[in-house]
Amino acid sequence: MKHLLKFMHLSLLVTLLGALLNPAIAATSKPTTTKVPAPEPVYKYSTRPAAIAGGTNPFNRLLKVAKVPHQPPSNDEIHDPTNQGSSILQPPLEAYDGLPQTETGLGNGVHWVKALDDGHLKPRWERTDPTAEPMVMDMNIVRVPKSSMPDVVFPHRQHTLWLACSNCHPDIFIPRRGANQINMAAIVLGQKCGVCHGKVAFPVSECKRCHSQPKKVAVNGGGPN
Amino acid sequence: MIEECFYKYKEREEKMPSLIRRTFIGRMLFVWSLSIVAFFVDPAPAMAEYGDVVINNYSDAAGMRPVVFPHWFHRIRFRCKVCHADLGFKFKAGGNDINMYKIIEGKFCGACHNGKVAWSVKNCILCHSGKPGTPIQIHESTQQELAVPTGFLTK
Repeated sequence: MKHLLKFMHLSLLVTLLGALLNPAIAATSKPTTTKVPAPEPVYKYSTRPAAIAGGTNPFNRLLKVAKVPHQPPSNDEIHDPTNQGSSILQPPLEAYDGLPQTETGLGNGVHWVKALDDGHLKPRWERTDPTAEPMVMDMNIVRVPKSSMPDVVFPHRQHTLWLACSNCHPDIFIPRRGANQINMAAIVLGQKCGVCHGKVAFPVSECKRCHSQPKKVAVNGGGPN
Repeated sequence: MIEECFYKYKEREEKMPSLIRRTFIGRMLFVWSLSIVAFFVDPAPAMAEYGDVVINNYSDAAGMRPVVFPHWFHRIRFRCKVCHADLGFKFKAGGNDINMYKIIEGKFCGACHNGKVAWSVKNCILCHSGKPGTPIQIHESTQQELAVPTGFLTK
Protein backbone atom coordinates (compact mmCIF):
# COMPACT_ATOMS: atom_id res chain seq x y z
CA MET A 1 0.00 0.00 0.00
CA LYS A 2 2.74 2.36 1.04
CA HIS A 3 4.73 1.70 -2.12
CA LEU A 4 1.71 1.99 -4.33
CA LEU A 5 0.88 5.41 -2.90
CA LYS A 6 4.45 6.51 -3.32
CA PHE A 7 4.41 5.38 -6.93
CA MET A 8 1.12 7.17 -7.60
CA HIS A 9 2.40 10.43 -6.19
CA LEU A 10 5.61 10.18 -8.11
CA SER A 11 3.83 9.50 -11.36
CA LEU A 12 1.49 12.41 -10.71
CA LEU A 13 4.43 14.70 -10.10
CA VAL A 14 6.14 13.52 -13.25
CA THR A 15 3.06 14.09 -15.38
CA LEU A 16 2.56 17.50 -13.84
CA LEU A 17 6.13 18.51 -14.46
CA GLY A 18 5.93 17.10 -17.94
CA ALA A 19 2.79 19.08 -18.70
CA LEU A 20 4.43 22.27 -17.45
CA LEU A 21 7.75 21.78 -19.18
CA ASN A 22 6.44 20.40 -22.44
CA PRO A 23 5.87 23.78 -24.15
CA ALA A 24 9.30 24.93 -23.03
CA ILE A 25 10.97 21.84 -24.47
CA ALA A 26 8.98 22.13 -27.65
CA ALA A 27 10.04 25.76 -28.01
CA THR A 28 13.74 25.03 -27.59
CA SER A 29 13.99 22.07 -29.93
CA LYS A 30 13.59 23.30 -33.48
CA PRO A 31 11.84 20.98 -35.89
CA THR A 32 14.06 19.81 -38.74
CA THR A 33 11.32 19.87 -41.36
CA THR A 34 8.93 22.75 -41.91
CA LYS A 35 5.51 21.71 -40.74
CA VAL A 36 2.71 22.01 -43.23
CA PRO A 37 -0.29 23.37 -41.33
CA ALA A 38 -3.15 20.91 -41.29
CA PRO A 39 -5.95 22.09 -43.58
CA GLU A 40 -8.92 23.62 -41.80
CA PRO A 41 -11.67 21.01 -41.84
CA VAL A 42 -14.42 22.02 -44.21
CA TYR A 43 -17.89 21.70 -42.78
CA LYS A 44 -21.02 22.04 -44.73
CA TYR A 45 -22.09 24.85 -42.48
CA SER A 46 -19.80 26.99 -40.43
CA THR A 47 -21.31 28.83 -37.53
CA ARG A 48 -18.14 30.84 -37.13
CA PRO A 49 -17.60 34.26 -38.62
CA ALA A 50 -14.73 34.29 -41.12
CA ALA A 51 -12.51 36.40 -38.87
CA ILE A 52 -12.72 33.92 -36.02
CA ALA A 53 -12.28 30.96 -38.33
CA GLY A 54 -9.06 32.50 -39.60
CA GLY A 55 -7.74 32.74 -36.07
CA THR A 56 -7.07 36.47 -36.15
CA ASN A 57 -7.42 36.84 -32.43
CA PRO A 58 -7.29 33.40 -30.84
CA PHE A 59 -6.31 34.63 -27.38
CA ASN A 60 -9.38 36.78 -26.94
CA ARG A 61 -11.47 34.76 -24.55
CA LEU A 62 -14.58 36.73 -25.37
CA LEU A 63 -14.64 35.25 -28.85
CA LYS A 64 -16.61 32.11 -29.13
CA VAL A 65 -14.89 28.77 -29.22
CA ALA A 66 -15.25 27.13 -32.61
CA LYS A 67 -18.32 24.97 -32.89
CA VAL A 68 -18.76 21.97 -35.08
CA PRO A 69 -22.44 22.03 -35.95
CA HIS A 70 -24.79 19.06 -36.27
CA GLN A 71 -22.97 16.77 -33.88
CA PRO A 72 -24.66 13.47 -32.99
CA PRO A 73 -26.44 13.63 -29.62
CA SER A 74 -23.76 11.62 -27.83
CA ASN A 75 -21.20 14.29 -28.69
CA ASP A 76 -23.10 17.56 -28.56
CA GLU A 77 -22.25 18.65 -25.00
CA ILE A 78 -25.91 18.97 -24.07
CA HIS A 79 -26.77 15.28 -24.03
CA ASP A 80 -25.01 13.22 -21.39
CA PRO A 81 -22.63 10.84 -23.18
CA THR A 82 -22.76 8.47 -20.20
CA ASN A 83 -26.50 8.08 -20.73
CA GLN A 84 -27.19 4.97 -22.79
CA GLY A 85 -30.12 6.62 -24.54
CA SER A 86 -27.97 9.41 -26.00
CA SER A 87 -26.36 7.06 -28.49
CA ILE A 88 -29.72 5.60 -29.55
CA LEU A 89 -31.08 8.99 -30.62
CA GLN A 90 -30.90 9.85 -34.30
CA PRO A 91 -28.06 12.15 -35.37
CA PRO A 92 -29.44 15.30 -37.04
CA LEU A 93 -27.41 15.02 -40.24
CA GLU A 94 -28.95 11.63 -40.90
CA ALA A 95 -32.39 13.22 -40.79
CA TYR A 96 -31.40 16.25 -42.90
CA ASP A 97 -30.13 14.06 -45.72
CA GLY A 98 -31.79 15.20 -48.93
CA LEU A 99 -33.51 18.24 -47.44
CA PRO A 100 -32.99 21.59 -49.19
CA GLN A 101 -30.56 23.90 -47.43
CA THR A 102 -30.48 27.62 -46.89
CA GLU A 103 -27.72 29.75 -48.37
CA THR A 104 -26.43 30.92 -45.02
CA GLY A 105 -26.66 27.67 -43.09
CA LEU A 106 -27.89 29.60 -40.07
CA GLY A 107 -30.20 27.87 -37.65
CA ASN A 108 -30.52 24.24 -38.67
CA GLY A 109 -29.33 25.12 -42.17
CA VAL A 110 -32.48 23.48 -43.49
CA HIS A 111 -34.95 25.39 -45.66
CA TRP A 112 -38.00 23.97 -43.93
CA VAL A 113 -40.64 25.69 -46.04
CA LYS A 114 -38.94 24.64 -49.26
CA ALA A 115 -38.66 21.11 -47.94
CA LEU A 116 -42.40 21.15 -47.36
CA ASP A 117 -43.20 22.71 -50.75
CA ASP A 118 -40.96 20.28 -52.62
CA GLY A 119 -42.49 17.31 -50.86
CA HIS A 120 -39.38 16.23 -48.97
CA LEU A 121 -41.35 16.37 -45.74
CA LYS A 122 -44.85 15.25 -44.96
CA PRO A 123 -45.38 16.34 -41.38
CA ARG A 124 -48.80 15.61 -39.97
CA TRP A 125 -51.32 18.41 -39.50
CA GLU A 126 -53.38 16.31 -37.10
CA ARG A 127 -51.81 14.20 -34.40
CA THR A 128 -53.36 10.91 -35.47
CA ASP A 129 -54.62 11.62 -38.98
CA PRO A 130 -51.89 11.46 -41.64
CA THR A 131 -54.26 12.63 -44.40
CA ALA A 132 -55.39 15.92 -42.81
CA GLU A 133 -54.40 18.99 -44.80
CA PRO A 134 -53.57 22.41 -43.37
CA MET A 135 -55.88 25.38 -43.82
CA VAL A 136 -53.60 27.62 -45.83
CA MET A 137 -54.24 31.34 -46.19
CA ASP A 138 -52.32 33.09 -48.94
CA MET A 139 -52.07 36.72 -47.96
CA ASN A 140 -48.95 38.87 -47.85
CA ILE A 141 -48.62 41.77 -45.48
CA VAL A 142 -46.07 44.44 -46.29
CA ARG A 143 -44.59 46.42 -43.46
CA VAL A 144 -42.53 49.54 -44.09
CA PRO A 145 -39.70 49.92 -41.58
CA LYS A 146 -38.74 53.40 -40.44
CA SER A 147 -35.10 52.63 -41.15
CA SER A 148 -33.42 52.26 -44.52
CA MET A 149 -33.93 48.51 -44.50
CA PRO A 150 -35.98 47.01 -47.33
CA ASP A 151 -39.65 46.49 -46.67
CA VAL A 152 -40.78 43.41 -44.82
CA VAL A 153 -43.09 41.03 -46.63
CA PHE A 154 -44.90 38.76 -44.23
CA PRO A 155 -46.28 35.76 -46.09
CA HIS A 156 -49.26 34.14 -44.39
CA ARG A 157 -48.98 31.11 -46.67
CA GLN A 158 -45.65 29.87 -45.33
CA HIS A 159 -46.81 30.40 -41.77
CA THR A 160 -50.22 28.75 -42.09
CA LEU A 161 -48.53 25.72 -43.62
CA TRP A 162 -47.08 25.08 -40.18
CA LEU A 163 -49.22 26.94 -37.69
CA ALA A 164 -52.82 27.50 -36.72
CA CYS A 165 -54.24 31.03 -36.57
CA SER A 166 -54.57 30.78 -32.80
CA ASN A 167 -50.84 30.35 -32.38
CA CYS A 168 -50.21 34.00 -33.26
CA HIS A 169 -53.60 35.72 -33.08
CA PRO A 170 -54.51 37.52 -30.94
CA ASP A 171 -51.87 36.92 -28.27
CA ILE A 172 -48.72 37.75 -30.22
CA PHE A 173 -50.14 39.81 -33.07
CA ILE A 174 -53.41 41.69 -32.91
CA PRO A 175 -55.11 40.86 -36.23
CA ARG A 176 -55.72 44.45 -37.19
CA ARG A 177 -53.82 46.72 -39.53
CA GLY A 178 -51.55 49.14 -37.68
CA ALA A 179 -52.21 47.61 -34.28
CA ASN A 180 -48.81 45.95 -33.88
CA GLN A 181 -45.66 47.82 -33.02
CA ILE A 182 -42.73 45.66 -34.07
CA ASN A 183 -39.06 46.47 -33.77
CA MET A 184 -35.88 44.46 -34.05
CA ALA A 185 -34.99 44.88 -30.37
CA ALA A 186 -38.23 43.20 -29.37
CA ILE A 187 -37.68 40.43 -31.89
CA VAL A 188 -34.13 39.76 -30.71
CA LEU A 189 -35.39 39.58 -27.13
CA GLY A 190 -37.90 36.94 -28.11
CA GLN A 191 -41.10 38.89 -28.62
CA LYS A 192 -43.33 39.26 -31.71
CA CYS A 193 -41.63 37.43 -34.61
CA GLY A 194 -38.88 36.49 -32.14
CA VAL A 195 -41.20 34.06 -30.38
CA CYS A 196 -40.20 31.61 -33.12
CA HIS A 197 -37.57 33.35 -35.25
CA GLY A 198 -34.29 33.05 -33.40
CA LYS A 199 -35.41 29.98 -31.49
CA VAL A 200 -36.78 27.41 -33.91
CA ALA A 201 -37.57 29.17 -37.16
CA PHE A 202 -34.71 30.79 -39.09
CA PRO A 203 -32.87 33.38 -36.97
CA VAL A 204 -33.02 37.14 -37.46
CA SER A 205 -29.50 37.16 -38.85
CA GLU A 206 -31.08 36.06 -42.11
CA CYS A 207 -32.16 39.66 -42.73
CA LYS A 208 -33.11 39.29 -46.36
CA ARG A 209 -35.66 36.58 -45.90
CA CYS A 210 -37.96 39.08 -44.16
CA HIS A 211 -36.66 42.39 -45.47
CA SER A 212 -37.20 41.21 -48.98
CA GLN A 213 -38.93 43.98 -50.91
CA PRO A 214 -36.96 47.02 -52.13
CA LYS A 215 -38.06 50.26 -50.60
CA LYS A 216 -40.06 52.56 -52.80
CA VAL A 217 -37.96 55.68 -52.47
CA ALA A 218 -40.18 58.73 -52.16
CA VAL A 219 -39.36 62.23 -53.35
CA ASN A 220 -38.28 63.21 -49.86
CA GLY A 221 -35.71 60.45 -49.84
CA GLY A 222 -37.77 57.84 -48.10
CA GLY A 223 -38.70 59.90 -45.06
CA PRO A 224 -42.03 59.71 -43.27
CA ASN A 225 -44.91 60.25 -45.64
CA MET B 1 -0.39 34.64 3.79
CA ILE B 2 1.22 31.79 1.91
CA GLU B 3 3.75 31.24 4.68
CA GLU B 4 0.99 31.09 7.27
CA CYS B 5 -0.79 28.49 5.24
CA PHE B 6 2.41 26.59 4.85
CA TYR B 7 3.13 26.52 8.57
CA LYS B 8 -0.41 25.49 9.42
CA TYR B 9 -0.09 22.80 6.85
CA LYS B 10 3.22 21.71 8.36
CA GLU B 11 1.67 21.50 11.82
CA ARG B 12 -1.20 19.44 10.57
CA GLU B 13 1.17 17.25 8.67
CA GLU B 14 3.25 16.48 11.75
CA LYS B 15 0.19 15.52 13.74
CA MET B 16 -1.01 13.10 11.14
CA PRO B 17 0.15 9.52 10.83
CA SER B 18 2.31 8.95 7.81
CA LEU B 19 -0.19 7.08 5.65
CA ILE B 20 -2.86 9.73 5.99
CA ARG B 21 -0.25 12.41 5.46
CA ARG B 22 0.73 10.86 2.19
CA THR B 23 -2.82 10.63 0.96
CA PHE B 24 -3.39 14.22 2.02
CA ILE B 25 -0.42 15.40 0.00
CA GLY B 26 -1.66 13.27 -2.85
CA ARG B 27 -5.04 14.92 -2.71
CA MET B 28 -3.49 18.38 -2.61
CA LEU B 29 -1.39 17.56 -5.64
CA PHE B 30 -4.42 16.22 -7.43
CA VAL B 31 -6.42 19.37 -6.72
CA TRP B 32 -3.52 21.54 -7.87
CA SER B 33 -3.11 19.63 -11.07
CA LEU B 34 -6.85 19.87 -11.71
CA SER B 35 -6.84 23.62 -11.17
CA ILE B 36 -3.87 24.00 -13.50
CA VAL B 37 -5.59 21.96 -16.18
CA ALA B 38 -8.85 23.86 -15.70
CA PHE B 39 -7.00 27.14 -16.18
CA PHE B 40 -5.66 26.21 -19.59
CA VAL B 41 -8.52 24.19 -21.02
CA ASP B 42 -11.51 26.11 -22.29
CA PRO B 43 -14.86 24.42 -21.77
CA ALA B 44 -16.06 22.64 -24.88
CA PRO B 45 -18.76 24.60 -26.71
CA ALA B 46 -22.19 23.03 -26.70
CA MET B 47 -22.91 21.87 -30.22
CA ALA B 48 -26.46 20.66 -29.89
CA GLU B 49 -28.92 21.43 -32.64
CA TYR B 50 -30.60 24.80 -33.15
CA GLY B 51 -33.90 24.74 -31.29
CA ASP B 52 -33.08 21.89 -28.96
CA VAL B 53 -34.97 22.63 -25.74
CA VAL B 54 -33.57 21.63 -22.37
CA ILE B 55 -36.38 21.19 -19.83
CA ASN B 56 -35.16 21.06 -16.28
CA ASN B 57 -38.06 22.23 -14.12
CA TYR B 58 -37.99 19.24 -11.79
CA SER B 59 -35.47 16.77 -13.25
CA ASP B 60 -32.35 17.79 -11.36
CA ALA B 61 -34.16 17.95 -8.05
CA ALA B 62 -35.68 14.53 -8.69
CA GLY B 63 -32.31 13.00 -9.51
CA MET B 64 -33.09 12.51 -13.18
CA ARG B 65 -31.15 13.87 -16.11
CA PRO B 66 -32.81 16.92 -17.64
CA VAL B 67 -34.98 16.40 -20.73
CA VAL B 68 -33.62 17.40 -24.13
CA PHE B 69 -36.39 18.00 -26.63
CA PRO B 70 -35.19 18.01 -30.25
CA HIS B 71 -37.40 20.40 -32.20
CA TRP B 72 -35.93 19.38 -35.56
CA PHE B 73 -36.83 15.73 -35.06
CA HIS B 74 -40.45 16.52 -34.26
CA ARG B 75 -40.71 19.14 -36.96
CA ILE B 76 -39.98 16.56 -39.63
CA ARG B 77 -42.96 14.52 -38.45
CA PHE B 78 -45.47 17.06 -37.17
CA ARG B 79 -46.37 20.64 -37.97
CA CYS B 80 -46.00 23.23 -35.20
CA LYS B 81 -49.78 23.42 -34.86
CA VAL B 82 -50.14 19.88 -33.53
CA CYS B 83 -48.24 20.56 -30.33
CA HIS B 84 -48.50 24.31 -29.99
CA ALA B 85 -52.21 24.64 -30.74
CA ASP B 86 -53.82 21.23 -30.17
CA LEU B 87 -51.75 19.98 -27.24
CA GLY B 88 -51.35 23.37 -25.61
CA PHE B 89 -47.58 23.68 -25.47
CA LYS B 90 -46.78 27.34 -24.83
CA PHE B 91 -43.97 28.97 -26.79
CA LYS B 92 -41.76 29.04 -23.73
CA ALA B 93 -38.96 26.74 -22.65
CA GLY B 94 -39.79 25.37 -19.22
CA GLY B 95 -43.03 27.33 -19.22
CA ASN B 96 -45.43 24.40 -19.49
CA ASP B 97 -44.98 22.88 -16.04
CA ILE B 98 -44.79 19.36 -17.44
CA ASN B 99 -44.44 16.47 -15.03
CA MET B 100 -44.68 12.72 -15.43
CA TYR B 101 -48.20 12.52 -13.98
CA LYS B 102 -49.50 14.76 -16.75
CA ILE B 103 -47.61 12.79 -19.37
CA ILE B 104 -48.97 9.44 -18.15
CA GLU B 105 -52.46 10.95 -18.16
CA GLY B 106 -51.96 11.68 -21.87
CA LYS B 107 -51.27 15.38 -21.68
CA PHE B 108 -48.34 17.19 -23.31
CA CYS B 109 -45.73 14.61 -24.46
CA GLY B 110 -48.06 11.83 -23.36
CA ALA B 111 -50.51 12.62 -26.15
CA CYS B 112 -48.16 10.86 -28.57
CA HIS B 113 -45.62 9.13 -26.35
CA ASN B 114 -48.09 6.47 -25.27
CA GLY B 115 -46.88 3.52 -27.30
CA LYS B 116 -49.44 4.20 -30.05
CA VAL B 117 -48.35 7.29 -31.98
CA ALA B 118 -44.77 7.21 -30.67
CA TRP B 119 -42.80 5.10 -28.23
CA SER B 120 -44.07 5.08 -24.67
CA VAL B 121 -42.84 6.87 -21.57
CA LYS B 122 -41.17 3.70 -20.35
CA ASN B 123 -38.11 4.68 -22.38
CA CYS B 124 -36.94 7.10 -19.69
CA ILE B 125 -33.38 7.50 -20.98
CA LEU B 126 -34.41 8.69 -24.44
CA CYS B 127 -35.92 11.93 -23.10
CA HIS B 128 -34.02 12.28 -19.84
CA SER B 129 -30.71 12.36 -21.65
CA GLY B 130 -29.23 15.76 -20.83
CA LYS B 131 -26.13 16.47 -18.79
CA PRO B 132 -27.12 16.89 -15.15
CA GLY B 133 -27.31 20.52 -14.16
CA THR B 134 -27.96 21.88 -17.65
CA PRO B 135 -30.17 24.95 -17.23
CA ILE B 136 -33.50 25.42 -19.03
CA GLN B 137 -32.79 26.83 -22.46
CA ILE B 138 -33.60 26.90 -26.13
CA HIS B 139 -30.24 25.97 -27.49
CA GLU B 140 -28.57 28.43 -29.88
CA SER B 141 -31.48 30.85 -29.63
CA THR B 142 -30.66 34.48 -30.35
CA GLN B 143 -31.50 35.37 -26.77
CA GLN B 144 -29.17 32.74 -25.40
CA GLU B 145 -26.34 33.85 -27.66
CA LEU B 146 -26.81 37.46 -26.60
CA ALA B 147 -27.52 37.12 -22.92
CA VAL B 148 -25.21 34.37 -21.78
CA PRO B 149 -21.44 34.92 -21.68
CA THR B 150 -19.34 32.59 -23.77
CA GLY B 151 -18.66 29.19 -22.30
CA PHE B 152 -20.82 29.67 -19.22
CA LEU B 153 -23.52 27.30 -20.37
CA THR B 154 -21.30 24.29 -20.49
CA LYS B 155 -19.91 24.79 -17.00
